[in-house]
This record gives sequence, structure tokens and C-alpha cells, in this order.
Amino acid sequence: MNAKLTLNSIAKSFGDNQVLRDISLTIETGEVVSFIGASGSGKTTLLRCINLLETVDNGSILLDNTEITAVGLDPNPIRRRIGIVFQSFNLFPHMSIRRNVTLALTEVLGMSVDAANETASSLLARFGLSEKIDSYPDRLSGGQQQRVAIARALALNPEVLLLDEITSALDPELVGEVLDVVRELKGSGITLLLATHEMGFAREISDRVCFLAEGVVAEMGQPEQIFSHPSDPRTQQFLQRVIAAGRLRG
Amino acid sequence: MPRWDRVKKSFFDWERLTDSFPHLLHAFVLDIKIFAWTTPCILIVAVLIAIARSTRAPALFPVRIFVIAYTDIMRGVPVILWIYLVGFGVPGIGLERPWNSPLIWGSVALGMTYSAYVAEVFRAGIESVHESQRAAARSLGLSSSQTMRHVILPQAIRRVVPPLMNDMVSLQKDVALVSLIGPIEILRQAGIDKAKFANFTPFVGAALIFLAITIPLTRFTDWLLTRERDRTGASKVR
Repeated sequence: MNAKLTLNSIAKSFGDNQVLRDISLTIETGEVVSFIGASGSGKTTLLRCINLLETVDNGSILLDNTEITAVGLDPNPIRRRIGIVFQSFNLFPHMSIRRNVTLALTEVLGMSVDAANETASSLLARFGLSEKIDSYPDRLSGGQQQRVAIARALALNPEVLLLDEITSALDPELVGEVLDVVRELKGSGITLLLATHEMGFAREISDRVCFLAEGVVAEMGQPEQIFSHPSDPRTQQFLQRVIAAGRLRG
Repeated sequence: MPRWDRVKKSFFDWERLTDSFPHLLHAFVLDIKIFAWTTPCILIVAVLIAIARSTRAPALFPVRIFVIAYTDIMRGVPVILWIYLVGFGVPGIGLERPWNSPLIWGSVALGMTYSAYVAEVFRAGIESVHESQRAAARSLGLSSSQTMRHVILPQAIRRVVPPLMNDMVSLQKDVALVSLIGPIEILRQAGIDKAKFANFTPFVGAALIFLAITIPLTRFTDWLLTRERDRTGASKVR
């Protein structure tokens, strides 16, 4: 196993609010890691830092042992290797589903329109979206939009895919279809990082689970260990609340 | 209303209307020409100003300062004053024909002021596009200029079509201000006919001609918007 992603003492503040204090962790190639924790614990900020949408205040992030947080580095080639899917889908509303997927292929990778369309067709077919290829995002359900967003991120063939609470904006009956797509991705060699509130799913799919609290990694380990035998009192307290809310079987 | 007959006679005289209408139409061609050559210039300059103002790179700070100053100064002075200053001032430095024409410099003055107003409309549109759209585009590896061109601007422009058309209707009317420094367009022609007939009806004729252009323009805008809404099916509350 080799480290795909290494985070060294990441810190990030927004004004007076220090969201990330000191996060250090290593993620192996092909690993699936879920980040759980209360709202505001820094899950989303951490993923946005890895995608370089936010600049870290302190610390460094290494992708395949190359520092990607170095000052003055062009972020665009790195972002091609690290995809992100957002909670609110963020599809481009003025473009067809096809164009949403092909935009980066033609503009960033310089692919021909035909080749890009072919890639988009096969990706969308894989996620059961062939019929929607000429529709516009507003005509799709939330679950369909989120699957398109995943296809859009995957089109660039990223090595790492960040999934930022991708089911949080969905109606409960639409969550399943999106999670099925994520299940399919596991084992394809891609490294998956999830920020999620779906505890059952995190437990099922993750190789490791990372519990964030107060801007630090409170606890990290195998799902069984985190969910059944949490050692940190903050994890125990959090999981009790989650179980009480009926979001996880005790 | 004892004076209504007199008003009717001096403003709504059918014979005077039919007499002056051909002159007015002929003069209106110049209005359309001025409108036709200033509009594309205004739109292009305005988009460039709005883009310049929306840049975020620290190195482009002087550019932002320049365009902010430009829009402030252009919008801070009445259009008519710019037309006098530029229309009389620039030819006054001794340019050769045809470059000393008040027609050219009046149009330039009109274009300068309107580009500042229209730039603000574009800027409002650019800022109305949610930050998450930029995040999505940048996360795919698009550069900031690619993001602007493919993701931000197309959405911004669609959103500002109504206020933009509003400004265009307004420009179509303000073209008449260029007449104040010489060119014989419809307003000036109406003035000439008024003096000749000692009757105000030519002004009413000019008003009718303006309406014949501006009302269809407004209806066309509405049609464009409806079509766009149907196509993307935006049933969401934004």
C-alpha cells in the first residue's frame, strides 16, 4: 500500500472561527474513508481544502508525495486528479446534461467533441441516465442530478473523489440510488473520501472512519471499532445522539 | 375644456402629421444608424468592464481601480453634458474631416456613458451567479477565465436580459440627444417642421415613430424570457 493523500497538521480559519485546528492523516490508494462528526466539525472544509477550493492556513497536503498546497502552484492540473461532488449538486443549469459532463473534457483536457460525447454517453449509461442526456438539470430529480454530478466528476478520471454530504439535500427515497452509485465505485481503484451523515452507509462502505470534533481527528479506525467500540468520549456522545435520532441501529 | 380645440389643432393636426411624416421617417434612419453602431460597442465594452471588475487576482487591482473610476465618472455626469463635452470638445482639437464630425463624437459620448450603465447591469448579473457554480467549475480544473466564459457569463447574461433591454430602449430614445450638437435626426427634424408649420404635431409624429420601435422591442424581450424559461424548465424558486 502506498499513501495517495497525506495531510500534515492542516489548519483553517474563517475569521475568528477556527474550523480545522490540526488535522494529520494518511489515506492509502483505493481506500474508502468516511468523515463523520457534528455539523460544523469541519468535514466539508477539510474536503474543500483537499480540492484546493480553500487555501490552508497552516500545514501541507501531499498527493502521491507531491505537495499540492505549495504557494504559487497552479491548482488546475491538481484538481483534474481530485474530483469533488457537492451537497447541492452544483450542475450548470444553462447546459444540457451531456454538456455538463463534457465541458471539462473539451475545455480542460482538449478532447474532441465526439470523443467527449462518447465518454459522457457511456458514463451516463452506466448510471442509468441515458434518457436524460439532452435534458437540462432543472428537469431532473435531486437523485438524478446528483448522479449526473458524480458522472461529471468521474469523467476526468480522477484518482481521488471527494463526496461532500452528497445525500444531505435529497429526499429520503432518493438517497438509495445515489448510494448505489458510490457502492459501485468502491473497488474500482479510485480513492474515495466521504463527508457524510449517513452512518449506516459509512459503516457499510468505509475501510476506515474518521470522527472529527472541534477541528481535530478525535478518533479514526475501522468502522466496527468506531461504531461499536468508540474509545473517545466525544465519539461516544455523538453516536449516542445519532442512535437516539434513529439514524443508526445501536 | 375651452382650450381643448386649440390644443387639438396645434398637436393633433392630421394634415400636418401626414405632411411631416415622410421627413420624420427619413430623419429617423439616422437615429437607427446611431443606435445600430453604438449598441454592439456598448455591449462589448460593458462586458469587458464588468469582467475586469469581477476579477479577483491581486495583481489586477489597478485594472479594477481604473474601471471603477470609469463607471463612476461616466455615470456621475448627465449624458447630455458628455455629448456636449465630447461632441464639441474632441473635434475642437483640430481633427481632419471626416473625423471632426459631431455625429461621430456624439455617438462616442453616448457609447461611453451607456457602457458604464450597462457594465453595472452585467456586473449585477455576474454577482448573482452563486459562488457554488464557480466552485463546481474550478473543481473540474477550469481556469478562472474559462469559468467566466463557460459558466458565469452565460448565466449572468440570461439573467440580465430584461434590465439590459430596458437600457437599450432608453438608449434608443437618448440617441435623440445627439441632435443637440448638430446632426439632423428625428427630434431635430421635428423641430424644423414645427417651426415651418407653426404647429407641434411633428413632435407627436416623432413620438409615434419612437413607440413603433420601443414597444415591439419590449415585447420581444418578454418573448425571449418566456422561451428561455420554458426551455430550462426553471420551476425552482431562486
